[in-house]
Amino acid sequence: MTLKVSVKKSLRTLTKSMPIMFGILLLISMISVLTNGTYSNIFSGNSFLDPLVGAIAGSLSFGIPITSYIVGGELREQGVGLLAVTAFILSWTTVGFAMLPLEAKFFGYKFAIYRNVINFIFSIIVAIFTVVTLNIFF
Amino acid sequence: MKDKKNKKIPGGIKFLIVVIGAYILMLIFDYSSAMAVFQNFMEMNKKVVPLLFFVFVAMVLVNIFLTEENLKKHLGEGRGLKGFLYASIAGILVSGPPYVLFPMLDQLKKKGLSDFHLAIFLYNRNVKIPFFPALIFFFGLAYSIILSFYIIAFSFLNGLILTNLLKEKK
Repeated sequence: MTLKVSVKKSLRTLTKSMPIMFGILLLISMISVLTNGTYSNIFSGNSFLDPLVGAIAGSLSFGIPITSYIVGGELREQGVGLLAVTAFILSWTTVGFAMLPLEAKFFGYKFAIYRNVINFIFSIIVAIFTVVTLNIFF
Repeated sequence: MKDKKNKKIPGGIKFLIVVIGAYILMLIFDYSSAMAVFQNFMEMNKKVVPLLFFVFVAMVLVNIFLTEENLKKHLGEGRGLKGFLYASIAGILVSGPPYVLFPMLDQLKKKGLSDFHLAIFLYNRNVKIPFFPALIFFFGLAYSIILSFYIIAFSFLNGLILTNLLKEKK
């Protein structure tokens, strides 16, 4: 691909994702102000429950991965644990209940449902592995 | 027909319009909170907007050096290590929203792409080189590398489990 085509393609992809990204940023700001920064309270601090809550929240969200990093970064600043935030980031991109009908249309319902369920479970397992490894070596 | 298609508002824009609508309501009924929201929003943007430049540069580079056709050719390389590697690399490098990728993958499936490779490809979409600078910015280099490593490793397991489950049900 030539530089010109690549710049055009990248610009198009980035521009297309802007409305969702800025919409989510504005929404987070509104929720943050309205709840006085307590929206992160859906995370109780429980090491077993929080990754599950993170994975559920990520599964229900949508958008490009960078948006999940921004939201995850915000949650970290509010004191939410890395395990929950990692599960949230992972399920954001791997589990797509909103996209399930589209995925099923192309690859079949069995494939789509199994894949999303496996990915949901994996988002918690991979989060545990990541955080444990990080704690051991760093 | 074409006009109808052109007039369709993308979901992302609809979402932004709804959020802006809610913000306008807030501006009318609770001006001081709306100002606080705006300040918060601008603070977040200060962090995010500079990152978009790096994301853009990385996207351009990936698009230049990735020959999609080449990857497509190798996606059906069998269930061994080679097939796993190609499916992983393709998943990491090929970008695009699901409604663009799914039809392309469907075509590849019709040409012999297995469920195993498909699952690996889709799981590795989590590792995105263009967004890597953003991941490092928010969570650090060590975290980003460890997370990416586990995503790639678990994609293999993902493909295996999914294939076995689909086989059992047949």
